[in-house]
Amino acid sequence: MSLKGTVTTAPRRVSPSRRGQGVAGWTLVLPSILVLLVVVAVPIGYGFYLSLTSYNPVETTGPKFHGLTGYLQVLTSGEFWDALRVTVLYAFGTLALTVPAALGLALLVNGKFPGVALFRGAMYLPRVVSLVAVSMIWLWLYSREGYFNHLLDLVGLGPVEFLTDEATALPSLIVMRAWKALGGSMIIFLAGLQTIPKELIQSAAVDGAGRFRTFRHVTLPLLMPITTYVVVVDLIYLAQSFSEIYILTSGGPLGSTTVVNMLVYKEAFENFKLGEASSMAFVLFCMIFALAYANVRFLSRGKK
Amino acid sequence: MTGRRWLRTAVVGVVTAIVMLPFWWLLSLAFKPATEVFSYPPKLWPENFTFENFAYVWETTNLPVALTNSAIVGVLTMLSNVLTATMAGYAFARLRFTGNRPLFVATLGAAMVPAVVQLIPLFLIAQKWPLSGGNDLFGEGGSGLLNSYGGLLLPLLVQPLNVFLARQFFLDLPEEMAEAARLDGASELRIFWSVYLPIARPVVATIAVLSFTGAWEDFLWPLVVVSSPDMQTLPLALSTYAASGVVQYGPLMAATVIATVPVIAVFLAAQRHFVAGLASGGVKG
Repeated sequence: MSLKGTVTTAPRRVSPSRRGQGVAGWTLVLPSILVLLVVVAVPIGYGFYLSLTSYNPVETTGPKFHGLTGYLQVLTSGEFWDALRVTVLYAFGTLALTVPAALGLALLVNGKFPGVALFRGAMYLPRVVSLVAVSMIWLWLYSREGYFNHLLDLVGLGPVEFLTDEATALPSLIVMRAWKALGGSMIIFLAGLQTIPKELIQSAAVDGAGRFRTFRHVTLPLLMPITTYVVVVDLIYLAQSFSEIYILTSGGPLGSTTVVNMLVYKEAFENFKLGEASSMAFVLFCMIFALAYANVRFLSRGKK
Repeated sequence: MTGRRWLRTAVVGVVTAIVMLPFWWLLSLAFKPATEVFSYPPKLWPENFTFENFAYVWETTNLPVALTNSAIVGVLTMLSNVLTATMAGYAFARLRFTGNRPLFVATLGAAMVPAVVQLIPLFLIAQKWPLSGGNDLFGEGGSGLLNSYGGLLLPLLVQPLNVFLARQFFLDLPEEMAEAARLDGASELRIFWSVYLPIARPVVATIAVLSFTGAWEDFLWPLVVVSSPDMQTLPLALSTYAASGVVQYGPLMAATVIATVPVIAVFLAAQRHFVAGLASGGVKG
């Protein structure tokens, strides 16, 4: 009996199958791990080192170590906090437009009616087209002779310098970005709506709840987890905005659209302050990481 | 009942038309002659439908070069990601080896790193890449991978999210196929390549679309790594046209159409697999 036990367990530990899996596993994983080591792990370490130095590559001396001085400079400079404020405004402004609109659209196209697939596909289109291409279209829409000024003209207003006026530049970017994000968020809400059991909606109707009350007390609470997911994922994504801002306003006018990524780019590749720019990048990294971590915690708590 | 259904179609149709309006203007401007592009008020339809904007950007700008560069970078990114992500995803999902769990968690962690954190160090690493762009063994003397396909590709080769998607897909497949193949004496690599990979078409399609479109629209890294017009990708070329003094909207929109059509084509072609693949990846996560 005991002999039989050893016969079945002992060879399994060194069985050719297990050893084969070990070798195969490492062989298959190695290319990905090596690349990620070079393009992610090493840059994080190197970047952190740079963030503790002052480094101007135009001067031929290498990075000069100065500890946390770079972080202190960043955290005490008005520039960084301004950029952070713009980033937060941009991200939350976009979400404030996208989330209710996407939920409304999802409710509108949830169900069977003629042309539903076509409409869903069309709404998703802005998501498929690149941010740079979208920026080109909106560059004209917002221009002096563009469509929006024409619309304002029709009601006797304007013209407005949408992208070059400090008061309108950031809101203009927000509207564009919300339009771009609409379809993607709509699809996620749609998926969420379709997981809600029909019986639940029906039983609410049987209990005498009207359409609005059913939505308010049944649908909306059940959509909360997916809404949190949409908000946090978009927030992480929006906090890293760059290309549309670079193209439409390049951070101006008067820094009113300079988000943190824009500031990092300018510090590093226009002012050649690589150390300070690295410190900024790491502060942003910590904030985004905290957000992502909170999201994971929240979602796993929701599952229990 | 059918009346109410059509009412809904009408409402949704109007909303969709409003959402689609920017695309309408894109096409309308692209096919208008210069005189109509700058006429005010703007007209919804081109009165004299023309291809002159397309001819203009194609013949007088670096658009053909940029299109070629984007295609090269896009296709290589796609091939690299399909291969590396299915390999790693399969190993993480179905093979028992020391380090499986920690390596997978590390890969997921890599997905959380914002691009801006990699930006500066990766630029310096690309610049000092040994034995490339005139560099010696110690990365001195030349420009390394800057302004080259290698440099453009570097951060795109392996995208952690794709590894995750592939793993989720392979987790759902039955183990019996592997057991049968092992009894037949197939090696583990053979089982991956001949048994599991051929049925992974949905996730391969998803990874292909995501990585191709991701490379196609990548902007910040190309902006930093490319310095000459002949290495520009499409987004860079477009942004250069848009930044040049008085913007010529007709040719700019024509260039935007050219830059956008391939992505929409890829998306439509793979849509069936793509959406199914996303759904199967999403259930587990």
